Amino acid sequence: MSATIEKGINSFKEVIDAPIASFFSSCVHCGLCAEACLFYTETGDAQYTPIHKLEPLRRVWQQEYTLLGKVGKALGLSKPVTDAELAEWEPLVYDSCTLCGRCAMVCPVGNDMTYMIRKMREGMAASGHAPEDLVAATTRAITIGSPMGIKWPAVLAQIKHVQAETGIAVPVEREGADYLVLMSSMEIINFPEYLSALSRIFKQAGVSWTLAQDAFEATNSGIQIGASDLAREIVSRIVVAAERLKVKCVISPECGHAFTALRWEGPNLMGRPFSFEVKHILEVLDELHTAGKLRTKGKDQRPLTYHDPCQIARRGGVIEQPRRLLNEIAEDFREMPDAGVMNWCCGGGGGVSANSRAEPLRLQSFKYKKGQIEATGTQTLITACANCRIVMEEGLEHYHMKVEVIGLTELLAEYLVEEEKT
Amino acid sequence: MKPSEKPGSVGAGLKQRGVTRREFLEFCTAVTAMLALPPSMAKVMAEAISGARRQSVIWLSFQECTGCTESITRSHSPTLENLIFDLISLDYHHTLQAASGEAAERARASAMKDNEGRYLLIVDGSIPMGNPSYSTIAGISNYDMLVETAKGAAAIVAVGTCATYGGLPKADPNPTGAVSVSDIVKDKPIINVPGCPPIPVVMTGVLAHFLTFGSIPELDDLGRPKSFYGETIHDRCYRRPFYDQGKFAESFDDEAARQGWCLFKLGCKGPVTYNACATAKWNDGTSFPIQSGHGCIGCSEPNFWGAGPLYKALSMPVSANTAMLGGAVAAGAAAGVVITWHNRSNKSAAKMAHDKVTVQELTREEK
Amino acid sequence: MSYLDLLTFARGSALNWALIIFSAGVVLRLFEIFGLGRKADLAKPRATTPGSGWRTIFTRSLPVQGMLKRDPVTYIGGYVFHLGLLFAIFFFAPHIEFFRGLTGLVWPGLPPALVDASVVSAIVALVVLLAHRLNNPVKRMLSGFGDYLAWAATLLPLLTGYLAYHHLLVEYTLMLALHLYSVELLLVLLPFTKLFHTFSVFISRWYNGDIFGRKGVAS
Repeated sequence: MSATIEKGINSFKEVIDAPIASFFSSCVHCGLCAEACLFYTETGDAQYTPIHKLEPLRRVWQQEYTLLGKVGKALGLSKPVTDAELAEWEPLVYDSCTLCGRCAMVCPVGNDMTYMIRKMREGMAASGHAPEDLVAATTRAITIGSPMGIKWPAVLAQIKHVQAETGIAVPVEREGADYLVLMSSMEIINFPEYLSALSRIFKQAGVSWTLAQDAFEATNSGIQIGASDLAREIVSRIVVAAERLKVKCVISPECGHAFTALRWEGPNLMGRPFSFEVKHILEVLDELHTAGKLRTKGKDQRPLTYHDPCQIARRGGVIEQPRRLLNEIAEDFREMPDAGVMNWCCGGGGGVSANSRAEPLRLQSFKYKKGQIEATGTQTLITACANCRIVMEEGLEHYHMKVEVIGLTELLAEYLVEEEKT
Repeated sequence: MKPSEKPGSVGAGLKQRGVTRREFLEFCTAVTAMLALPPSMAKVMAEAISGARRQSVIWLSFQECTGCTESITRSHSPTLENLIFDLISLDYHHTLQAASGEAAERARASAMKDNEGRYLLIVDGSIPMGNPSYSTIAGISNYDMLVETAKGAAAIVAVGTCATYGGLPKADPNPTGAVSVSDIVKDKPIINVPGCPPIPVVMTGVLAHFLTFGSIPELDDLGRPKSFYGETIHDRCYRRPFYDQGKFAESFDDEAARQGWCLFKLGCKGPVTYNACATAKWNDGTSFPIQSGHGCIGCSEPNFWGAGPLYKALSMPVSANTAMLGGAVAAGAAAGVVITWHNRSNKSAAKMAHDKVTVQELTREEK
Repeated sequence: MSYLDLLTFARGSALNWALIIFSAGVVLRLFEIFGLGRKADLAKPRATTPGSGWRTIFTRSLPVQGMLKRDPVTYIGGYVFHLGLLFAIFFFAPHIEFFRGLTGLVWPGLPPALVDASVVSAIVALVVLLAHRLNNPVKRMLSGFGDYLAWAATLLPLLTGYLAYHHLLVEYTLMLALHLYSVELLLVLLPFTKLFHTFSVFISRWYNGDIFGRKGVAS
């Protein structure tokens, strides 16, 4: 068995639906989507125009699902989409699209290019035109359980470390807990502060939570590469564990696409609504804060700014929560230009950061974020996505900028009221 | 002796009838103005006409309603009397001439013989080609009479929309096979003076031009004298300012109609009708249809009778309607159902053909 | 055939066929789009946002913050062209008569001088937008035969309408006939080219608003 062009075209035919047909019908080639895309604005290269990245999908729609296209095809007038073309489009679909959705907010006729790129990747993956690195990451996610190859013992080691550091027991496999906590590989390897911060916050708030031994990984490479069959398998691990442990809510960690994968795609991949809720950690923290269960003391004196992760803000609807939390603990919180739903991507979402081939382009495109950070005059950058964080850290280093990047959960934990400290 | 005093000349005739030179000059001034000639031409015209012999004219009436003759007999300055008795020698006109039967036809024959190559032929009415017996005069079919009379004519003036373009007899389904003069006569200069009927002064003006210059006036693509048919009714209409201001009568008896607003919405064809009604007017310059409250029906244009309903605005569809659109929508929906069915089976087939993607299948074998 | 005959045919049979192809084509295209269906979204919406799709149909007419500055020509040109076209089509008294003849509906028109100005603005905007399309690397790359055809098919009715109204170039009757034929060309092309966005824009904007609305992002 192998990927073939036929499988790819077949996938295109499967995923094209009424919204996509309306989007392609409406496009007037105004090119405004390019102005919304940092891969175009930072390179000036027209090929990075979002709607152009969808050209092969558009051709299949036109040939298969429109009257004129059908007539053209029957008369042999239309040019079928070829393997070579898909190979040519691979860098456009994977390396230069972070699924950030900015173009979809800007398009005057309302085309959701991100919705289409996500679906187009189904055919790209099925035809063997996914980037090597993403294939490898997905293979690890399926066979090992995590795209970075992390297994439970590594998590266990971190748990022990956190317990030693905080003196708080990290609950594992506790049936009937209210919350099931997930983590991203990035957090397990690079940002152990997350779990530690969470333990302390939840202890103070008196939240009942648990980790699951077979479902600690929140990321979903299947979503990034665009293979729903694999995304389903990955997400089902979490669903099975959540149902087994009878939790009320699953908390998506500080990771953008993990939230999208579980919150918005999850039920659709599984083909049924969930019996539990899915919330991003920022939503949970905000709820605890509003309920008065999360008490902080003092304020950070550093000028700081917040980077909205695309999948959390624009594609996730978590916009006010981080601001409420930040205003509680920051003395000098400054918004970036275009903050909120119109934020600019870090340049590494949607699988781009996992794709080493895209690195030069990603670093070039980081210039925009660089300028935005500079405009705020801050040297502390808060965010709520481990992927954004690592991508921005790399970018800052590349441009020799002395800016510290911190996860919001972690920052919050620093200002917790430490009570009954024994 | 001046040419105008020669016996048999127009000038002598005028003098005999007590028409002063001053009166004649006034007439010539009016005609030159109408023909859009420079004022100095009035004197030239007066000299030319009064010195000339009276022009022999043969008037043939075919499939017509006599409206054109009615119109010319209501001609104001120059009056019919001037025309017939002073300027021209109307040798044959079966409605107006006193002679009848054999005598009438003899008059035509002798005029043709005496003035061969010089007489002017005026035709009103269309010619039936379906069957020669649909319209005959003295047993001669219209076609034969036209061909025979046209042969020796200096020029032909087709008056009225029937003679110029076939007219109402030609309207669908054209039962007589009516055609115009220019459909039959190809080798003579023809001046078309369309209108149903034509404006009398336009007819006399054209004659005056021929008498003065011995040639035909400058014509447009449809054979009409440019001086009379160069502009549309709309261009010269006194109600034009209302059109430009967007002020329209909505019905024939509303306040806007009483205020004299534009009749465009009531079907006025003024914008596409080339004629002099708005300037020359009718009945001694009294009025013209729009001035009396009715839109122009475009009677001087070819096929005006078939150019859509008379009371529908020019910008309205001739026959498209809601029912037709409804039918088209239904047809579109039917085709839509078929294409939807085709699309759905196409998509289902793709779903059936879907092989579950496994990690092994993310790469190509040949890679 | 005289010019009046050309005009009569344009107002008659030619118009009928153009309207039939247009109406049937539009309905067919709508079937094509909706017929492909959309899977029900099983994810619980963040907020019940009834009408998010409907709202987006209107709100998407305004540029998102910062975008006007990025490409003012497209935005301003787009507004001027679309508004000019809208005024010309629906508020010129003879056009209202056209719609009355077709549907029986009437509404007040605008003074012809104002319509005239809007037509001129729309023509100028179209020319500027074409120049922009040829100069801007993104637009030039995206553009093909269909884009230039749609441009020409949109320009012609405006241009012939303007020339007819002002009695320029050729006889009014002929220009009016040409105006109608150009409109008929536009009608026939509309359902099958990008000009179909005239209708589908409401659908795509609705879907966009619905997709974002379910996620709690009002647009």
